[in-house]
Amino acid sequence: MLDLLELLSFGPNGWGDEILQGALLTIELALVTLPVGIAIGLAVAVAKDSRSRALRAVGDLYTTVFRGLPELLTLFIVYYGGQMLLTRLAGYVVEGAHIEVNQFVAGVVALGLVLGAFSSEVLLAAIRAVPKGQKEAASALGLSGWNTFRLVTFPQLWRVALPGLSNNWMVLLKDTSLVSVIAISDLMRQTSIAVGVTKQPFFFYLVACLIYLVFSGLSSFVFTALENRASRGFKRVGGH
Amino acid sequence: MEPFLGMIGEGFLWAMGLIGLNADLMSRYGLRFLEGVWVTLQLVGLSIVFGAVLALPLAIARVEGGKVLSRAAFTYSYFFRGTPLLAQTFLIYYGAGQFREQLTDIGLWWFFRDAFNCAVFTFTLNTAAYQSEILRGGIQTLPAGQMEAAQALGLSRVLAYRKIILPQAIAVGLRPLGNELVLMIKASAIASVITVYDLMGVTRLAFSRSYDMEVYLWAAVLYLVMVEIVRRVWNVLERRLNRHLLVSR
Repeated sequence: MLDLLELLSFGPNGWGDEILQGALLTIELALVTLPVGIAIGLAVAVAKDSRSRALRAVGDLYTTVFRGLPELLTLFIVYYGGQMLLTRLAGYVVEGAHIEVNQFVAGVVALGLVLGAFSSEVLLAAIRAVPKGQKEAASALGLSGWNTFRLVTFPQLWRVALPGLSNNWMVLLKDTSLVSVIAISDLMRQTSIAVGVTKQPFFFYLVACLIYLVFSGLSSFVFTALENRASRGFKRVGGH
Repeated sequence: MEPFLGMIGEGFLWAMGLIGLNADLMSRYGLRFLEGVWVTLQLVGLSIVFGAVLALPLAIARVEGGKVLSRAAFTYSYFFRGTPLLAQTFLIYYGAGQFREQLTDIGLWWFFRDAFNCAVFTFTLNTAAYQSEILRGGIQTLPAGQMEAAQALGLSRVLAYRKIILPQAIAVGLRPLGNELVLMIKASAIASVITVYDLMGVTRLAFSRSYDMEVYLWAAVLYLVMVEIVRRVWNVLERRLNRHLLVSR
């Protein structure tokens, strides 16, 4: 048992620092993907809520595709497909040019597309939960469009959307492990490297699982605080 | 029969060529893709069924169990829902290799030696955690009066669960259970990482040999078709099983 713990030490003999670096990269990947995915989700939600039938159809198609495809497949299509597409495009400009897609960027794009599809559903429900009268009252008070969104619509939309978005974030955090398949040195990949050298798969993968658990525990702590703050002006059934 | 099937195949390939797909590539890998779909369906079907069997006692332990049992069931589902399926799959597939001697001693090595079995085993444990949460949620939405009325009628607890509580809990959880099935179809692609030739595995193999992006397109279409079929079937199922709850519109 003590030998195993020694394997986790920092420095040249242990894998602690390598795994920690991987864990940081996992967090980084998730944090960079979050705004990308939410932005896509918001755009798709607005499209699905619009009056134009074509825009609604595009929004529905987007969600159907990216919610239905396995995340791993989306990742491969973005990574290999992006590489081929960009190489072909570059070929028109410079003869024989070859472009390597950065794995991190491919990971962010693929996970962002998936997160966009899932969060658009949450955001759409939240947009529809804010009654029209709120907007009308705001404009009767003389608020500008941006101020209406910032002060009236958004705080109400945010409260409804938070539980769903917190769910999306948890799924995203776990999905980041898939990028290890295209050789990003995230937590999962660093763990696999450690396993390859030490031949202790059970121990190291268990450690990786526990780190993911710590991440989701911390996240749910943050989201509970955010939810309490977002609903401070709202009295719930049961009085708290 | 044989030449007839061959003719259908020829016709299919011709039609595929007509809409601009690579018929040559398809004649080489088409059948393997169908085999891949079959492996994916087996993975998902087995895991969902075994998972459901495991989910039932877990959900009941959460609701009825004392402090120890409900805690244990909670810890189980917290672990499996809080960690990535990829990590769980590696933990079991590679972890089993490490305990080869012990597993041989208790006569289980033949099971864990096979990547497909490991994938089914991991997916089962994973989906059991999700399904037990859905079931628990369903049970806990029911008013206490349901159980009280059942007991007032002289039904034993087991019988009350079987005849009254569970049917209603499943009706409540029907939609999330359908979502779980869809998630499982998507997640089954992870099996390809541990050398199982499911749809995703076949796709990766075909791509690594042909370097033609088109194979990913086929896989995408096949996955979307599977997911869409489940969604349609579930809509019908839900309307049929919950017809007593439908509000006339």
